[in-house]
Amino acid sequence: MTTLAIHNARVIDPELNLDGIADIVLVDGHIARIGPNEAEMVIDAERVDATGLVVSAGFIDLHCHLREPGFEYKETIATGTAAAARGGFTTVCAMPNTSPPIDSQASIESLLRQIEQSAQVRVLPIGCITVGRQGKELAPAGELVDSGVVALSDDGDAVADASLMQAALSYSSLFNLPVSQHAEDPSLVSEGQMHEGWVSARLGLRGRPSSAEEIFVARDIALAEVTGGRLHIAHVSTAGSVSLIAAAKARGVNVTAEVTPHHLTLTHELVAFDNNYKKIDYNASAKVNPPLRMDSDLEALGIGIRDGIIDAIATDHAPHSLSDKEIEFDLAAPGISMLETAFALAMTRVHDGTFPLGTLIRSLTSGPVRAWDLDKRTGLSGLGTLTPGAPADLVIFDPEMDWTVEPNNFLSKGKNTPIAGRTLKGKVLVTISEGEIVYEDSTAAGRLRLSARGERS
Amino acid sequence: MAISDFERPLDSVAGQSVEGALGAASQDVVWNHDHVLDLDDFSYEEIESVITLAGKMREVLDRRIARAPILRGFTMINLFFEPSTRTRASFELAGKVLGADVISVSANTSSVVKGESLIDTVKTLSAMTADAIVMRHGMSGAPYLASKYTRASVINAGDGSHAHPTQALLDIYTLKQRLGDLKDKKIVMVGDISHSRVARSGMWGFSAMGANVVLCGPPTLLPSGFLVNERPKHARSALPDVDIETNIDVAIKDADVVMALRLQKERQQGGLLPSLHEYSRLYQVTSERLSKAKSNHILMHPGPKNEGIEIGGDVASGSNSTIEEQVTNGVAVRMALLYLIAQKNQREN
Amino acid sequence: MTTVAISTVLDEIAVGRTVRRLAHEIIEFHNGVDNIVLVGIQTGGAVLAGLLVVEIEKIESTNIPWGTLDITLHRDDLGLEIPPITRSGSNLPDIDGRIVVLIDDVLFTGRSVRAALDAITHLGRPEAVRLAVLVDRGHRELPIRADIVGKNIPTSFGDKIEVAYDQLTGKSVVLLHQEMTINGN
Repeated sequence: MTTLAIHNARVIDPELNLDGIADIVLVDGHIARIGPNEAEMVIDAERVDATGLVVSAGFIDLHCHLREPGFEYKETIATGTAAAARGGFTTVCAMPNTSPPIDSQASIESLLRQIEQSAQVRVLPIGCITVGRQGKELAPAGELVDSGVVALSDDGDAVADASLMQAALSYSSLFNLPVSQHAEDPSLVSEGQMHEGWVSARLGLRGRPSSAEEIFVARDIALAEVTGGRLHIAHVSTAGSVSLIAAAKARGVNVTAEVTPHHLTLTHELVAFDNNYKKIDYNASAKVNPPLRMDSDLEALGIGIRDGIIDAIATDHAPHSLSDKEIEFDLAAPGISMLETAFALAMTRVHDGTFPLGTLIRSLTSGPVRAWDLDKRTGLSGLGTLTPGAPADLVIFDPEMDWTVEPNNFLSKGKNTPIAGRTLKGKVLVTISEGEIVYEDSTAAGRLRLSARGERS
Repeated sequence: MAISDFERPLDSVAGQSVEGALGAASQDVVWNHDHVLDLDDFSYEEIESVITLAGKMREVLDRRIARAPILRGFTMINLFFEPSTRTRASFELAGKVLGADVISVSANTSSVVKGESLIDTVKTLSAMTADAIVMRHGMSGAPYLASKYTRASVINAGDGSHAHPTQALLDIYTLKQRLGDLKDKKIVMVGDISHSRVARSGMWGFSAMGANVVLCGPPTLLPSGFLVNERPKHARSALPDVDIETNIDVAIKDADVVMALRLQKERQQGGLLPSLHEYSRLYQVTSERLSKAKSNHILMHPGPKNEGIEIGGDVASGSNSTIEEQVTNGVAVRMALLYLIAQKNQREN
Repeated sequence: MTTVAISTVLDEIAVGRTVRRLAHEIIEFHNGVDNIVLVGIQTGGAVLAGLLVVEIEKIESTNIPWGTLDITLHRDDLGLEIPPITRSGSNLPDIDGRIVVLIDDVLFTGRSVRAALDAITHLGRPEAVRLAVLVDRGHRELPIRADIVGKNIPTSFGDKIEVAYDQLTGKSVVLLHQEMTINGN
């Protein structure tokens, strides 16, 4: 029996309505007991002293790009999951825009083998909606579900044809499988490089208007209503989308949504300006699809999380190599390496009072699980919570610790981030996956460890 | 000037003639740029410095032997990723008149995509001890990227839809020759504004000189985001104040300057205009429309022009037109910039 | 500690006398003023040229053509402080086939004169070019020699000779700026 005891943490689980000081005991990869003094009662265990720190269920990411197979120069399952662990994520859902894309049993089996070999945390595969992500024919959802996918997505591209999207929602309802749509009307965003607004006007760049997203959100909500399918909106980025989703949920439509930490905190001004409005630059590190938008969008998205209109915070972790980013803005690959900064960046909205810490934790744990029924689909009962019996996936963090983003220290191969050098408040210190410590922050190393008998070493 | 201007009557006062020799006033040059990427960070004084120096350069161009070899030993590389006859020739001539070594490299964007990256190209040229790289590129922001990878000074000869600072400077020079002070003058630019780097740099430059800028075109060719109320208060200074008008008659009324912009077929995606014929009916700058402008108005066009589409042939060659002067003035302005840049580099090394 | 000591080498009266003598020498050198054009090298030479023109015209009772030459764009020392832009630029009558008498206030390294010669060749083809200066302070870096010299003033390289012209009075003085090191105590 392997036992890990966590001493004296502030334990927060919004699903179980827990917020108090307690010990947690993990046995053989599962949560065994939570309560005051539980750790003392264990005789022989690996121990972590979490005094002054918060413990929650490990974070769950519904949206990340691990790039393997096919783009290993940008990221691999090994490096991507190491980055996930550093970010406090114990489960990540891998988007299928790899090469080859994950649209068949053959491709997914090879992926699963790779995951088995090199993943440091749990990786759940997502399958393509259409064959080859071409947007023309449906991929075999049944085959993919049997092989273990937890959702379908052509992310990177929208399924543009309404009738095909309708068919996808309808067919996938057979398996109760969420269809995650990258909602941007391609005809409105073709050659668009950033949010269409005063900054794109200033820079002379073609824009991607908010309406492009809202049109597809509205359209797909209507299709979900008609088909009874399970629609999930990936990386919501506009205030208008939040309103549409709220109204749809109020009507009882089966729609869920996610938002990224960057869309919650960064605006389109970051593409052009550092401090000074007189001096522009073209920061491809801030180029992402959908693009960073305006203060009013950030405001609405924050309220969306606060009020549960948006179910989850998902990273859309998109690592790229330097040669993909340090080129002409029009040619630069869109995306931000987000796993290692997601929690701290999202904490910005806790520190500014938009939503409480408990809500943040829910958006990163039970929220994603519920949105996609991940516990049922994986058979891991209690996933995303600290329910006894649930997998021992935990994260220990300090919500007040300041630290500076240094991309060269990223475990991800992708160093592409627009917030390099920024100081964030809130740091993941220890990540535990299935009872094993998979990440321990250097500032905490050693300090948190107690001897097997509970004494400081 | 005639010879007689130099012959003094015997009773002339020494002070007078000497004052004439010194010149009415001398002006200190203000120049703080390592690169010329856009006019957004040029102060009024810096623009004035360029204009005044361009005047001197213009004199050189009028000489029998139009040479003033102050830039001997200076290497200037024209790196053009987009085809251009007039701008490239203008820069080449500017460098050669001043005695610089001029090398022209044409690349095209697709070959860069396939092979050598922009950064590699710029680094290679720098290793050839380029002092200045004059760059024209089809994508907005390319010269900003280039400037980070070379110690040479980068002069933007046009980047995508973003900026064309030397064009704006020569337009300002041309207008000052004809109108004097530009303060409070109404300057109207008509055409495909959203894709026009001439319009954008012009907005900055003309505003810095105190003029009132009006942008005119069909709604599909006007960018959203230029009006003051389209940006937050804290970002007020991020764009110059301009007016936008879709009705050409309203725009041109009492204008001091009307600039017709070329309808850019290659940069305009299909679907923004029903037809060229429709555009010319509604937006062509014709003598009839110009009769509503001030009687001593100036008509400009950055060239090359599509007569019969954005501009009437008769007005293009009329007496209010500065289209030809703009070309000669372009060489003088570019000479002035090369001189200022070379001077700053030398001083700092 | 270093300081600059300024002394007057030629006062207003001495300058006036020297200018008159120069005017006479120019006339004598050329056996009259036929076919000559006085060209002042800006900016110091321009003032002097104007003064000389007035003198010569008094002596010979005739008008002579003159002008000023801007050598900024012909210098070989780009890196110095940018001189203020003067609005007049070069202002010359026709020099083809004439004798150009270059006028400068101070002859030092000779580089200004070289630049002036370069500029002149771009503006026309004179029959000959002569050089007349108010002060020759030595330290030539090029093989350049003045044909007519007002005063020879030996200097150290680091000194500065300034011909200060007062526009109100129309008078000039020649000042010497010398760097002096003062030791402690």
